[in-house]
Amino acid sequence: MAQATRKKPTSKAADPIVSARITAQSHFRTLRFGTPFQPRIDALAKTQDWYNWAGYRAPYSLWDEELEYFAIRSQAALFDISPMTKYRVEGPGAEAFLDRVTLRDVTKLKPGRVHYTAWCDDEGFVLDDGTLFRLSPTRFRLCSQERHLPWLLDSAIGFEVTVEEETEAVAGLALQGPTSFAVLRDAGFIGIEKLKAFDLAEFEHDGATLTISRTGFTGDLGYELFFSADQALSLWDRLMTAGEPRGIRAIGYTALNRARLEAGLIVANADFTTAEHAIRADRLRMPDEIGLGFMVDAEKDHFNGRRAILEARARRKLRHVLVGLEIEGNIPAEHAIVYCKKSQEVGLVSAAMWSPMAKRNIAIASLARPYGDTMVEDLWVEIYAMRELQYQKLMKRAKVVQRPFIKLDRRTANPPADF
Amino acid sequence: MKAWDAIIIGGGHNGLVNACYLQRAGLDVLVVEKNDWVGGAATSRELTPGFLYSNCSYVCSLFRPEIMRDLELPRFGLQVISYEGGAVFTRDGDYLANYRDHDAHRREFARFSRRDAEAYDRYARDVTRQCRFIQPLLMRTAPDPTSFRPRDIGELLYLGKKFAGLSAEEMALTLRFWTISISDFLDEYFETDVIKANFALSGIIGTALGPMSPGTAYVLLHHYMGEVDGSVGAWGYARGGMGAVTRALTASFKASGGTIRTGAEVDHVLVGRGKAKGVVLAGGEEIYGKLVVSNADVKRTFLKLVEEKELPDIFLRRVKNFKIRGSSGKVNIALDSLPEFPALPKDSPVYRGDMHFTDSMERMERAYDDWKAGRWSADPFLDMVIPTTLDPTMAPSGKHFMSCFVQYAPPKVSGRDWTDADRDGFAESVIAQIAEYSPGFRDRIVHMEVRTPREIEAEVGLSEGNIFQGELTFDQLLFNRPVPGYAQYRSPVGGLYMCGSSTHPGGGVMGAPGRNAAAEILRDLAKSTSHMSPAHDVI
Amino acid sequence: MTSFDVIAIGGGHNGLVAAATLAKAGRKVVVLEAASAVGGAARTEEFAPGFRVSAVAHLLNRLHPDVVKTLELEKHGLQFARTDFLPSVALSTGGPALVLYGAYGEVLTGASSAEQSAWKELRAQLLRYAGILKPFLSRRPPDLAGMSFKETAALGQAALSLKKLGKEDMRDFLRVLLMNVADLLDEQLADDRLKGLLAFDATLGSHLGPRSPTSLLGLYYRLAGEAGGAAGAQLLPRGGMGAVVTAIRAAAEKAGVTIRTSISVAKIIVENGRAAGVALDNSEVLRARTIVSAINPATTLLDLVGPREIDTGFLRKVKNIRMKGDAAKLHLALDRPPQFTGADAADHKGRLVIAPSPDHVERAFNPSKYGEFSPEPVMEITLPSLADPSLAPSGACVLSAVVQYAPYQLKDGWNAGKPKLLKAIMAQLESYAPGIGKTVQHSELLTPVDIEARYRIPGGHWHHGELQADQMLISRPVSGWSGYDTPLDGLFLAGAGSHPGGGVSGAPGLNAARRIIAMKG
Repeated sequence: MAQATRKKPTSKAADPIVSARITAQSHFRTLRFGTPFQPRIDALAKTQDWYNWAGYRAPYSLWDEELEYFAIRSQAALFDISPMTKYRVEGPGAEAFLDRVTLRDVTKLKPGRVHYTAWCDDEGFVLDDGTLFRLSPTRFRLCSQERHLPWLLDSAIGFEVTVEEETEAVAGLALQGPTSFAVLRDAGFIGIEKLKAFDLAEFEHDGATLTISRTGFTGDLGYELFFSADQALSLWDRLMTAGEPRGIRAIGYTALNRARLEAGLIVANADFTTAEHAIRADRLRMPDEIGLGFMVDAEKDHFNGRRAILEARARRKLRHVLVGLEIEGNIPAEHAIVYCKKSQEVGLVSAAMWSPMAKRNIAIASLARPYGDTMVEDLWVEIYAMRELQYQKLMKRAKVVQRPFIKLDRRTANPPADF
Repeated sequence: MKAWDAIIIGGGHNGLVNACYLQRAGLDVLVVEKNDWVGGAATSRELTPGFLYSNCSYVCSLFRPEIMRDLELPRFGLQVISYEGGAVFTRDGDYLANYRDHDAHRREFARFSRRDAEAYDRYARDVTRQCRFIQPLLMRTAPDPTSFRPRDIGELLYLGKKFAGLSAEEMALTLRFWTISISDFLDEYFETDVIKANFALSGIIGTALGPMSPGTAYVLLHHYMGEVDGSVGAWGYARGGMGAVTRALTASFKASGGTIRTGAEVDHVLVGRGKAKGVVLAGGEEIYGKLVVSNADVKRTFLKLVEEKELPDIFLRRVKNFKIRGSSGKVNIALDSLPEFPALPKDSPVYRGDMHFTDSMERMERAYDDWKAGRWSADPFLDMVIPTTLDPTMAPSGKHFMSCFVQYAPPKVSGRDWTDADRDGFAESVIAQIAEYSPGFRDRIVHMEVRTPREIEAEVGLSEGNIFQGELTFDQLLFNRPVPGYAQYRSPVGGLYMCGSSTHPGGGVMGAPGRNAAAEILRDLAKSTSHMSPAHDVI
Repeated sequence: MTSFDVIAIGGGHNGLVAAATLAKAGRKVVVLEAASAVGGAARTEEFAPGFRVSAVAHLLNRLHPDVVKTLELEKHGLQFARTDFLPSVALSTGGPALVLYGAYGEVLTGASSAEQSAWKELRAQLLRYAGILKPFLSRRPPDLAGMSFKETAALGQAALSLKKLGKEDMRDFLRVLLMNVADLLDEQLADDRLKGLLAFDATLGSHLGPRSPTSLLGLYYRLAGEAGGAAGAQLLPRGGMGAVVTAIRAAAEKAGVTIRTSISVAKIIVENGRAAGVALDNSEVLRARTIVSAINPATTLLDLVGPREIDTGFLRKVKNIRMKGDAAKLHLALDRPPQFTGADAADHKGRLVIAPSPDHVERAFNPSKYGEFSPEPVMEITLPSLADPSLAPSGACVLSAVVQYAPYQLKDGWNAGKPKLLKAIMAQLESYAPGIGKTVQHSELLTPVDIEARYRIPGGHWHHGELQADQMLISRPVSGWSGYDTPLDGLFLAGAGSHPGGGVSGAPGLNAARRIIAMKG
C-alpha cells in the first residue's frame, strides 16, 4: 500500500491567522447581521418590518412609511447606509486605475469631490453603478450595490494601487431633507455650509476623522457621513440630539425608495440586472440602455467596455432604452407592461408611484428601441391592480418625460438654506 | 403460455420508472429482479436491527420532478428533504462550510479569502448558465448525428438552435466547459485551495478521473443539474433512505397493475430470428414477453445476457470498449450516538449536510493516482452524510446512520480480485480518516457494512461497481452513450431495449434513462405518451 | 527614416512566415528580433565548443505545405525527400527495438505479425481522422458570433468530409475525438512498446498523461502535420533544422522584408484604441499601420500593450492561458556516437524514444501535477550530428533530447532540481545506452525556466499555451479572439499561441498574414 500522504489535523492552532479565522466561524448563528447602528434602530423599530440588505437586517419602515417619506421632504431623515458595499482604493495609481475601471473621467474628479458613475465588462454591459469619493489625490472610496472585489483586483494589475473591501469596517449614514444642513451645523460640524453639491470634506467626531459629503439618493438637500464602525453610536446620538428641534427622524427603505424614484434615480438589480448576476444573456444592459450613456467619456483614456460601447453606438446595436414615464391617473404602475398603440408589447415598468411632490403618477421603464427613443407616441401601460382578490385591469396612457421627476432648488442652493 | 407485453430485467430505479410508464400506457409489464428486494442501487435495508441503510446511493437531487409527478410518487410516500449545509474540514483545525443562506455562504468564504467570497456569484452564474443549457437535454433522446431521419435532424436542429441562442461568450464557455478539468476551471475563479477542493468534489464523484483530468468540469455539471422542489443544484435525503424512492416506484407500479418477481435472476434473453422473445431465469424457467427492456448496464446486458451470435461485430466491439470503471466504494456505519467533530460547533447545521476531509486539490488528485496504480486511496476522498440528523426514521432514537461514499477504489487491486483483507484495509483507511477529525469515533460504531467495487458488482449488479453504469466522459455521452449508433435505447436485437444509467443522460438517481426509454418503446408500439410530462420549461 | 506598413515583432519562424507572406502581398515589412539571430526556438546554437544543436525544435514534422508553397521554400534551399524520412524507434532495455519506418510507421518492425496488422489498421484510422481535422490547420477558427458565408461553407466542407467517412467510421470518429490516448491504444494494440511510443507522442509538449481525457488530440495534432508531402512523416532537412530558418529568412528577404536583430520592443504604442507603432528599448519609435506579434500572446498583451489598454475580462482570459511547460531539453556533447540497445545504425539516425509503456508515461506524468519532476523521465532523442557532421567535431556526437516531465514550477526550485533531474535522465539513458555516461564531455540541460529566459517563451512552453481541447481552435489563444485579431485595431497575433498551435509549422504565421491581408491591414 502507498504511504499515507495524509497529515494529521492539528489541534486548534497557535497560528494567529488560523485562530482569527476560527473565531469568525460563529457568523453562522446570525444570518442577518446588525449594522453598527443596530441598537438605535432596534429601539426605534416600532413596525419590526425588516428586509435583507446584503446580509444585514435593514428596516423597510420604522414607524410609518408614509410619514417617513415626508420626513425626507420636510424635515431631516436619517437612513443607515452601512450595508452598502465599500471599497478603499489607494495609491499613486488610484486615479488611473479608477479611470480605466469606470466610465466617467476620474482625472476630472478633484480631491474633495464625489461623482456618480458606473462600470462595465468587456462587452460594455453594466456591472454596477455607484458613487466614487475622492478623499485625497491618491485615496478614493467606491460605493456600490453589488460586490466586485475580483473584478477590481484583476483590473488593478499593472497599476500602483491597493483595493480593499471595507464594508464592515466603515459605517455610513445618509442625512437627507431640507433641515439636514441645519442639523449638521447645529451638531457642531463647523464649515459644513461650505460644502456644495457633490463636495466632501473631513470633520472630527470623538477625536476621529469623519467624512461628510453633500450627496444622497433623494434628490433633496442631503449629506452622507462615513466613519469608523466602532464609533457609530455616538455619532448617531450627536445627530439625533442636534436634530431634535428640526424634526429629525430615522427612516426605512420604503420611504427612501419613493424619494429616489421622484429623483429619477435607478437601483441596480431593480431597474436593471447587473452583468455578473444576469443568467440570461438578453438581460444584460449597456450604459446607453439604462440612461447612463452620459457617463461614457469617449475622449478619455481606455476604460473597460470602451470598444464595445462605441461600436454599439456606431453600429446602432443598442436594443433598449430606460425612460421616465408619466402615467395618467394615480394608480401606481409597478411592473406593468408597456404597450404601443395598446397592442404591441414594448417594455416593462421597473418602478412606479404616485409622486406626492410632483403630484403625478410616475414610473421608470425599460423599452425596446426604437420605442422610448425615437418613437414616443401612443404609449400605454397596462396596470394590474389587485383589489380584494381581483385584478382591476387598467390601460393608461403614458408619456415619456425627462428625469428627475422633481427638481428641488434647495438640493443645490449655496449656501444651503437654513430651514 | 402467457406472454407479457414487456419484461424489465432488473428492478433498479430506472427499470421501475420504465415499468411504471409502460404499465400506465396499458401494457402488461413484469419486472424480474435477481435480489430478494427491488431497488438496485437505491435501497434502504435493515442490515442491523433498527438501522436502515441507504447502502449504495445515499442522497437525492437528480431525480426528475416530472417523473415524480407522472408516477405520483409523493402519494406513494416519497419525500425529499434538503441538506442544511456541508463542510470540508481543514487540517489546521478549521472547516469551510457551505450554507444555504447566500450571505452566510459569502461570509464563510470570506473567512478564507475576501476575493473568493466575492467571486462566488460569477462562478454560480456561469455554472447556472451551463446547467440551463444541459437540463432540457436530459429528458430528450440524443439525436444520431450520422442519421438523415427527420427526427434526428430535427433534434440536431434543436441542439443547434439552443446553441445558437447563446451569446458568443456563452458558446465559447460552453465548448470549453465540456473539455476543461474542474481544477483548471476553478483556478479561473478562486485562489484558495480549500474553496477549490470544496467545489471540485462534484467533478469527481462517481468517475474514474481526478480533478485535474480534462472533462471533469462537465461531471460537476452532472451533479448540479438536480433540484429539490425547484431549488436547482440542491441535494437532499429521501425520508426513509434512498429505498423510499424505489418503494414509492414499486407502489406506484403495483397500483397501476404491474407485476414484480424478486429472487428471479435472468440467465439470458431469449432471442429468436433476431428478436427478443423473453427471458430465461437462472433456474431454467422461460418467461415470454413481446419485448424485453434491460435495466442492467450495457456490458452486463450484451456480454452476459445475450448470445454473441445475435449481435453484429461492430456493436460487440463497441460494447466491449465501453468504459465502466469502478472508482468508488461505500462504508455504511450504524452509530450509537452522534459523532463529535471538535472543529465543528455543536449547533452547526453542517451536521445535517455532507462532510468532507479532503481540503486540497493535491490530496484529491493524489487519491486518484493511487487508483490509477490499482490501489485504493491511502488518503481517500470521503463524501460523508448522517441522514438521521434530518430523518429520524432510519435509526433508533438517539442513534445514527452514517453513509460514507469513498473514492477511489479500483475494480481490481493491482490487477487481481479484491480479498477480504483488502476490504478491511480499505475500510480502515476510511475509519482512520474520520477518527482523526472525530476522537472516539471508533467506539461509537455499532455495525459497519463495507462495500468495495467487488461487493457493489456482486450485490447490486453494477459492473466493476461503477455507480453511473459507465464513465461520464465525452466519448460516452449523448449520442455516444452507451455506444454510437445505439444511443436511442434500442439495440441490434429487435424488441430488446436498454433503460439503465449506461444510456443517455447517464447515472445518478435521476430516472431519465428509464423514462426516455419508455418514450422510445411507446413510439415503436405507436402508443400514446400523453401520460408522460414533457421536460419542465427552463425559462 | 524608412516607413513600414507592417511591423512584425519576433523573428521566430512564425514571425518570418507572416512577414514574408505580407511582403509578397505588397506590404513593406520590418521584423524586429530581440536575439542576435532570427529563428527563435528553431535556431541552431553552439552549446559546447565545437558542438552545435537546434535549440528547442530538433525535428521537422509539420511544416505546413502552404508555407512551403507560398514562400517557395524549396527555391530557397529547403530540400527534403522521402528518403530523408526518419524512423521512430521505441527503445527497450532488453531485446530489439520496435521501429516505425516511413511516414509514421508505414512499416513496423520488431512487433508480432498480429500487432503489425493491428497497427496497420489503427494507423490508417488515425490518419483518416487526423485528415478530417487537417483543413482546420490552415484556416481561421470559425467565428461563432457572426459566421460569414465563407466560414459556414468551410465548416460545411468539414461536415461533408466527415460524412464521407461512412456512417460507422464517422461514429467512431465522434466517439474517440475527445478520448484519452491510452484507452484507444488499449482497445486496438497489445505491444507496450508501441503503445508507449504513441502515448508519448500524444502527450509530448502538454501537461497531460496518456490517461487524461482528450489526450488523443495530441496525436491527431501530430498526424495532421506532414513533411515531404506525407502525413505523419518526420525528417531533418539537408543541413539540419537550421536550414528551415535559413530558407524562410531567405524568402522573407527576397520579398523585401527588412530584418533587424538584437533589437527588442519595449512597448506597443496604443493611440485611441489602435496599435500605432512600437517603442524600442533604445527609445526609437517605429510606426506602422499594422503590428503583427509573433511572440507569446501574454507577453504581447500584458507586457507590450499593457493592462491599461485592454479590458479586464480580456486581461483575465489572457492571464488564464495555461502555459507552464513540462518539457526540458537536453544537449550532450559526446566523445563518440552512443550505442542504444537493440537499435541498428540506421535507427540511430532516427528518433529514439524512451517510453516503455503508456503506464510508464502516465507514472512519469503524475509528479508533474504537484511540481515534481519524473524520477524516470520519458524522452525522445536525436543524434543530429550523424546526418550533419558539421554540428560536432570529427568523430564526436551531439545528442539532443526532449525530456518529460519537468514542470516549470518545480516545488523545490530549479536551482536545486536541475542537477537531480540531469542525474535521473542520465540514469535513464545509461540503461538504454550503456556506457554513454562516460562519453559525455559536456551537458546542457534546459529546464522550462531556462527555455523561458533564453527564448522569451513564458513558462518555457513551446506551444505558447497548453494545446488542450479547451485551449484549441475557437478558444486559442482566448475565446472571442481566436482569429488572429485583438481588441486593439491594427494589432494581430501570429505566434504559436494562436491557432493552430506550436511546432515548426508556420501555420499561425501564414494564417495571420492571410487575415491581415483580408482585413486590408
